[in-house]
Amino acid sequence: MTEMLLEIRDLCKHYPLGGPGLLRRRAVPVVRAVDRVSFDIAEGETLSLVGESGCGKTTLGKTIMRAHPATSGEMRYRRADGSIVDLGRLDGAALKAAHREIRMIFQDPNGSLNPRLSVRDIVGEPLRVRRIAQGAALEKRVAELLEKVGLRPEYLHRYPHAFSGGERQRIGIARALALDPRLVVADEAVSALDVSIQAQTLNLLSDLKSEFGLTFLFIAHDLSVVRHISDRVAVMYVGRMVELAKTEALFTRPRHPYTEALMSSVPIPDPRLRRARKRIRLAGEVASPINSPSGCAFHPRCPYATEICVRDVPQLRPTGGGLAACHHAETLELAGVSHIAEGAE
Amino acid sequence: MRQIPMREPDTLLEVRDLATHFFTDEGVVRAVDGASFDIPRGKTLCIVGESGSGKSVMARAVMGLTRAPGRVVGGSVLWCPDQDGQATDLATLHGNSRAYRAIRGPEIGMIFQEPMAALSPVHTIGTQLAESVRSRHAVSKRETRERGIEALARVGIPEPAARYDQYGFELSGGMRQRAMIAMALAAEPKLLIADEPTTALDVTTQAGILDLILDLQSETGMTVMFITHDLGVVAEIADSVAVMYLGRVVEHADVDTAFHAPAHPYTEALLRALPSIHAKTGERLAAIPGMVPHPFARPAGCAFHPRCHRFRPGLCETREPENVPVAPGHGARCLLLKPARKAAAE
Amino acid sequence: MSRARTDPATAEQAAASAALGAPVAPTRVHVAGQWRLMWWKFRKHRLALWSGVLVLLIYVVALFAPFVAPKDPNDYASAYLYAPPMPVEVSLRGPQGEFGLFFKSYELTATTDPLTLEKTYVINRDALVPLGFFAPTEPYSMLGLPMNRVLFGPVNYEQPFYLLGADRLGRDVYSRVIHGTRVSMTVGLVGVLISLVLGIVLGGISGYFGGFVDDAVQRTIEFLKSIPTIPLWMGLAAAIPTVWSPIAVYFMVTVILSLVGWTGLAREVRGRFMALKSEDFVTAARLDGCSEMRIVLRHMVPSFASHIIATLTLAIPTMILAETALSFLGIGLRPPVVSWGVLLQEAQNIRTIATAPWLFAPGVAVVVSVLALNFLGDGLRDAADPYA
Repeated sequence: MTEMLLEIRDLCKHYPLGGPGLLRRRAVPVVRAVDRVSFDIAEGETLSLVGESGCGKTTLGKTIMRAHPATSGEMRYRRADGSIVDLGRLDGAALKAAHREIRMIFQDPNGSLNPRLSVRDIVGEPLRVRRIAQGAALEKRVAELLEKVGLRPEYLHRYPHAFSGGERQRIGIARALALDPRLVVADEAVSALDVSIQAQTLNLLSDLKSEFGLTFLFIAHDLSVVRHISDRVAVMYVGRMVELAKTEALFTRPRHPYTEALMSSVPIPDPRLRRARKRIRLAGEVASPINSPSGCAFHPRCPYATEICVRDVPQLRPTGGGLAACHHAETLELAGVSHIAEGAE
Repeated sequence: MRQIPMREPDTLLEVRDLATHFFTDEGVVRAVDGASFDIPRGKTLCIVGESGSGKSVMARAVMGLTRAPGRVVGGSVLWCPDQDGQATDLATLHGNSRAYRAIRGPEIGMIFQEPMAALSPVHTIGTQLAESVRSRHAVSKRETRERGIEALARVGIPEPAARYDQYGFELSGGMRQRAMIAMALAAEPKLLIADEPTTALDVTTQAGILDLILDLQSETGMTVMFITHDLGVVAEIADSVAVMYLGRVVEHADVDTAFHAPAHPYTEALLRALPSIHAKTGERLAAIPGMVPHPFARPAGCAFHPRCHRFRPGLCETREPENVPVAPGHGARCLLLKPARKAAAE
Repeated sequence: MSRARTDPATAEQAAASAALGAPVAPTRVHVAGQWRLMWWKFRKHRLALWSGVLVLLIYVVALFAPFVAPKDPNDYASAYLYAPPMPVEVSLRGPQGEFGLFFKSYELTATTDPLTLEKTYVINRDALVPLGFFAPTEPYSMLGLPMNRVLFGPVNYEQPFYLLGADRLGRDVYSRVIHGTRVSMTVGLVGVLISLVLGIVLGGISGYFGGFVDDAVQRTIEFLKSIPTIPLWMGLAAAIPTVWSPIAVYFMVTVILSLVGWTGLAREVRGRFMALKSEDFVTAARLDGCSEMRIVLRHMVPSFASHIIATLTLAIPTMILAETALSFLGIGLRPPVVSWGVLLQEAQNIRTIATAPWLFAPGVAVVVSVLALNFLGDGLRDAADPYA
């Protein structure tokens, strides 16, 4: 068993909805964007966080990156020297040191690259502010990084607007690699890309992973991409983790009804399958994280819901090799995607 | 309006060599450059392509909504609403003309990727629906409301009467898209043009919208032109497919052929590049090398040749490929293909 | 399938070089920074471009006012009270019959109606006033340099020359408008500079820190904006001691104007800061390990520096108009200072409008310069975001 790199325990991120009024104090409703989430990432593995918009997966990623403070919970990270630190409690120089090992790839390659800076300045910025390289050495290092991500080193002095979407995402990846990170948080890193570019970028990420021994926290909504890239998958629904399992296990035999519904909704690029498969239609809308339903947040849409689901909040517990937060995880016979595919052929 | 006889009376819309160019300060962008396809009545055509392929520009050209500095510079859009085989060339009409407005809306309905941009923030869903209802039927105020509420109910919006008096921003993304569909369909159009209507939605919501479009189609017999970049969506709803690359339709075929026996190397490569939800983890994806070229740097000859895995030097970069009819209803623009009859003879 | 197994980087580079090989690719865009892109975009805005040239010209005139003006603005002539503009004739023959480009005008003779005492001026064709470029004058100093010539004026300095007529003391309106440019165009600049500092500092603090500080600054802005401007000016102007020299009063006026004028800019800056704070590239800079100072100065300010320049250009005309209004009302600058607002005081009554409409010339100067600055500002604002 490889060692744990990051252990998240009972992490919460709650937002007050709107500030207190200037003249009168009022009760502020709270958005439970991330609610008591726990998981581990082992060194060298790729863990994916999936879910629909508003499920809290991006907030979770940003909380780990300390882009905003956590409300409560622990984020234990094992540094390169073996010491264990709680990311939530670091500040100043210690946080800066931790951010040398944990880097982020952003979703939108347009918004995450400053249009006013050249590629050298964008990719070289972490090297410069940490006084790792300067002048000619910095240019040499940036050129190396560009080559690593499949861009020509002559592009050093170009500005982001001169690149296509896929190339911009490569610049973002080069920036993440600049400090030789150990953990990379990739927030929807390939979602904005076209099919042909997405495939290149996924290949690039797996090449880089094996070359540098990177650990990935991969945040995505596209289940096909997730199945392709991950070792383990965590499914989130309205701020909570509902299932966590090894990729193969999760896709062949999901334990949570939401996972099943999610997989059944993915359009499959094979017209022959559409006649063969039966899709689970979810009733209603994604619950609101401000005022989530009693008991299991998924119960109003769940085809298998019973009385207990309305009453008690299900805890994440070991089920069939993975973890699932469903009262009926053991008894339900849920269909995975491989099942659908086999059924058709 | 001049009437042109159609070659095939069963065709509702026939687009021939359509070209939309954008005259920018930096140069001319040939966003759509000779695209041809047709849609038979009651069928769904999916137009699929990556960003920059010109699929949305083409949809806008069909709707007469080309935005400046773009202009339709050539080709025809033959619209044949009745089975008498007489068609109108929409490309010759001015986008703002009375004749076009009589077609766009009542005859050709539209839904867009971002319903919020298409829904007025200062009018209720009902006001906007009423407009659509009245464009087709001269009915009383009360009946307009009843029909509007009925339209909302038909697209699966819960509590339609309450929603009728709400504003677009009060609805969730999926509900907004349903409201948009209700508006487009309230006028009972013959053709529905859907430009990436599910791209901004979550998968579970997307599944619902796709089901809805399919249900409404079998109910009303309308024709659908569906623009998307997602091959999964194409497989779910299309009868036939037109694949676009750099402003041209490089392949058109029925959906089974397009997915299982594509003729154009681009279609083939696109399908292989997709990560599959069925595949085992960690397999390397067959990525298409390179990027979609910059519109000013369109490669000579076949525009796909720098990225093509079947590239044949001396041929592909020198000649522009013509559409080759591989089989009845199946054509592709590739220099390596031979027409069906010749191929059979050899 | 074999193709997919080749090194993706080399395959892609080959493809990229093939794709970029076409000669039409505008490669210059690739290495252009934001200022160069802005210039390219601004250049396309014809009206703004010409307005920019005009604004530049106006400032050149202001700088070299004594050289451009044919007369001293305070020279008076009792024979020319309310004299109308003198005609200027151009001929290709000189007085001795030689060829060349010659300008001449004629003196005016006043006759007074014995009954109504109304003065009427007639052109005296006998009294020729030869005009010329670089005409000699009495010695004066400009920017510390001793000078004795003007750009255009009567060849014989003693002769009268009223291009835009004369005022009630027989002073040359044209020369006075030229000299007024100095004060009127710079009161704007100094005021805007003070507003700039106040606006950026207060707006920046407000947008960057948010919370209580933001609330306090915003309420102050709203308070300032809610006070009717003219009574506020009057109140502040009343606070200026009457014994102060005109120059001291001039600086007080600019300070007064800027104390009210910073609010718009502060809101602009605050809005920019708030929008940028949530941008991914700012988060990225923070994760890169940048200090707050570096984030603000290197990653945020360059993104809206161009917007600030545009806002500033649009703020100058407001300042010019405010100065004109204040002086017109007699609570801003006072004679003997020469500014457009002071000059317009001369045109305050109905009689002047009827008999000496040329006294509105300073008004025309205000309109032209304000329009030019507005057009320039609009053009800059459009060009300010070259990535749009």
